Amino acid sequence: MSQPVNFVTRADALLGSKEAAAVVKGIRHFTDARDRAAAEFPIMEELRDRARAIRLHSLSHLDRLLGHFADQVTALGGTVHFAADADEANRIVAGILEQTGSRLVVKSKSMVSEEIELNDHLEGIGVEVVETDLGEFIVQLAGDTPSHIIAPVLHMTRQDVGGLFAEKLGVEYTDDPTELNEIARVHLREIFLKADAGISGVNMAIAETGSVVLVTNEGNGRLTTTAPRVHIALMGMERIVSRWEDAAVVLEVLARSATGQRLSVYTSVTTGPRREDDPDGPEETHVVVIDNGRSEILGGPTAEILACIRCGACLNVCPVFRTVGGHAYGTVYSGPIGSIVTPGLHGLEPWWELPYASTLCGACEEVCPIRIQIPSMLLHLRERAASEGRLPGWLNRGMSRYARTTTDPQKWRRATKWASRLSAPLATRGWLRRIPGPGRGWTKYRDLPRPASESFSEWWRNNRES
Amino acid sequence: MEGPQVQLVVTCLVDALAPQVGRATLAVLENSGCRVDFPEGQTCCGQPAFNVGLTGQAREMAAHTLDVLDATEGPIVVPSGSCAQMIVHHYAELFEGTDRAEQAGRVAERTRELTQFLVDDLGADITASCDGCSVAYLYSCHGLRGLGLEAQADRLLESVDRVDLDGDKECCGFGGLFSVEMPAISAAIMDEKLDRVEASGAETLVGGDVSCLMHLEGGLRRRGSKVVVRHIAELLAGGDE
Repeated sequence: MSQPVNFVTRADALLGSKEAAAVVKGIRHFTDARDRAAAEFPIMEELRDRARAIRLHSLSHLDRLLGHFADQVTALGGTVHFAADADEANRIVAGILEQTGSRLVVKSKSMVSEEIELNDHLEGIGVEVVETDLGEFIVQLAGDTPSHIIAPVLHMTRQDVGGLFAEKLGVEYTDDPTELNEIARVHLREIFLKADAGISGVNMAIAETGSVVLVTNEGNGRLTTTAPRVHIALMGMERIVSRWEDAAVVLEVLARSATGQRLSVYTSVTTGPRREDDPDGPEETHVVVIDNGRSEILGGPTAEILACIRCGACLNVCPVFRTVGGHAYGTVYSGPIGSIVTPGLHGLEPWWELPYASTLCGACEEVCPIRIQIPSMLLHLRERAASEGRLPGWLNRGMSRYARTTTDPQKWRRATKWASRLSAPLATRGWLRRIPGPGRGWTKYRDLPRPASESFSEWWRNNRES
Repeated sequence: MEGPQVQLVVTCLVDALAPQVGRATLAVLENSGCRVDFPEGQTCCGQPAFNVGLTGQAREMAAHTLDVLDATEGPIVVPSGSCAQMIVHHYAELFEGTDRAEQAGRVAERTRELTQFLVDDLGADITASCDGCSVAYLYSCHGLRGLGLEAQADRLLESVDRVDLDGDKECCGFGGLFSVEMPAISAAIMDEKLDRVEASGAETLVGGDVSCLMHLEGGLRRRGSKVVVRHIAELLAGGDE
């Protein structure tokens, strides 16, 4: 959220960059894997329907489910906090850390912590925060931001990472993924052992047992939730389901849609603090349930977006995302889903451009495991942006004129005739290489066919009407 | 065999920029035995306004189109998946709860994209020809995902030398006014597509939507490519237009 807002400026700067090339290269892996996983699983489509029903049910019973969840966590000896906005969430986390004397914090897998910019806040009060997911660790080391919901360093190559590790960790340069992994592992292991508190995100919270589920492909998630004395789970308030049976369905479609895996390598479940007979686990557990604009979305026509399970499949198939990468979107939530979530959480001002960053090709909705009607919601947000007068003047005026012309066949006939006559001197063999005005962007990259000297309707009148 | 009376809707782009596609569509329909009428007064379905969120203007254009089409009878055939799905799906949203809702339903019910009409409704014994040239076909998004059209073009193209096009179900980057509002991104998506078209070895790129095709043809011309771009109606009409 901290970046200056102008999607087109950011995106245009990324076009053709090394970063965009890395995204193009990396993303095929995800789409191929997802397609394979969906194809080999005979009940994928049926489970998508069920997952959708489960998530929508959660949204329509959010208050009851969260209440039940909080009761269960409390009964287990944990604490649930409700935060209305980012500030409150940050204050709550800071308070817990202060009370428990925590100075060193390990973190794993939390989009919502990026959303509320928790790291900045904690560093501001002198707490050291170390990201432990390999991708997030790299992002933190580079002073960068994540560029993909599940692959935060999709925009970097392994050579980039090798260079970064050599510079920041003082190790010898390597771009071998296994060696890079090992370097991070050794570096982080010591920090885990020293950390006072672990902060994780939540893929799903289960109301019936008061459990939080964390889905990862790296062991650090489990270390974060169990090794330190204190565990703090941060969750968007929509991340809840009623029962384990429901969670199982969501997990089935989540991994397949995200990475093409049948199940992620780790599915870590935390149910309250360490019990007396537990060999390990945190002494204290806290769950911070964060609203931060979600109630606003819930009451409106894009409410369904809260059913998102953050698999990233819509990013991977989006022609715009694939071309510019996640950083163009300006917040942690990128791609089609981000173009709805970000204006929902933070307002159309200044984020109204994001819903326009789409060709409305529908590939997102096609792969969404929850069948969220993404294009419809983009259109809805566009309608709101247009009705609030945010569109450029040329588009407003041009479309008004176009509507007047197309609702009067005589005017349409004259307009096509004039367009043809006016463009004639500019054309070469029926094509225009450069046109002035708002359409100049089009002809900067491609030719434009010249309006025909005889339109089809004119031809019909001349040849077919008796 | 005497086919049905059909109403030809050519779309604003075909009318003004690609009348040859309108004539080809007419020829295909007539060759298939249809009696074709061209409803007087048709202009634009309103999709450009609808897609940028100018719903009021979209509604005016849609209302005009509904009045023109509702005064006619028989199947309404459109050589564009995108405009057809606008009428089929989005008119209902535009007029939900208004006194035009019923009219929108009636017209949507009658509306067909060209290949859909030829294959699904007419069961036409018709095939494409391309004088021996190799063909790559690009499925346009709104026809493909909006109307579920895929098998129809495949069936009609059985007779031509068809080559595989990598990513033939992925967007070409046109996106209507997206191509004007965010031209550099649109063109970057297009360039990837054109690279694949050229790598496919096809001599002719074929599609079912003039909008996407003129964007791609404009790009191919700009890079000096020899690949020829045709609407599927032109291949179905043979030289007969």
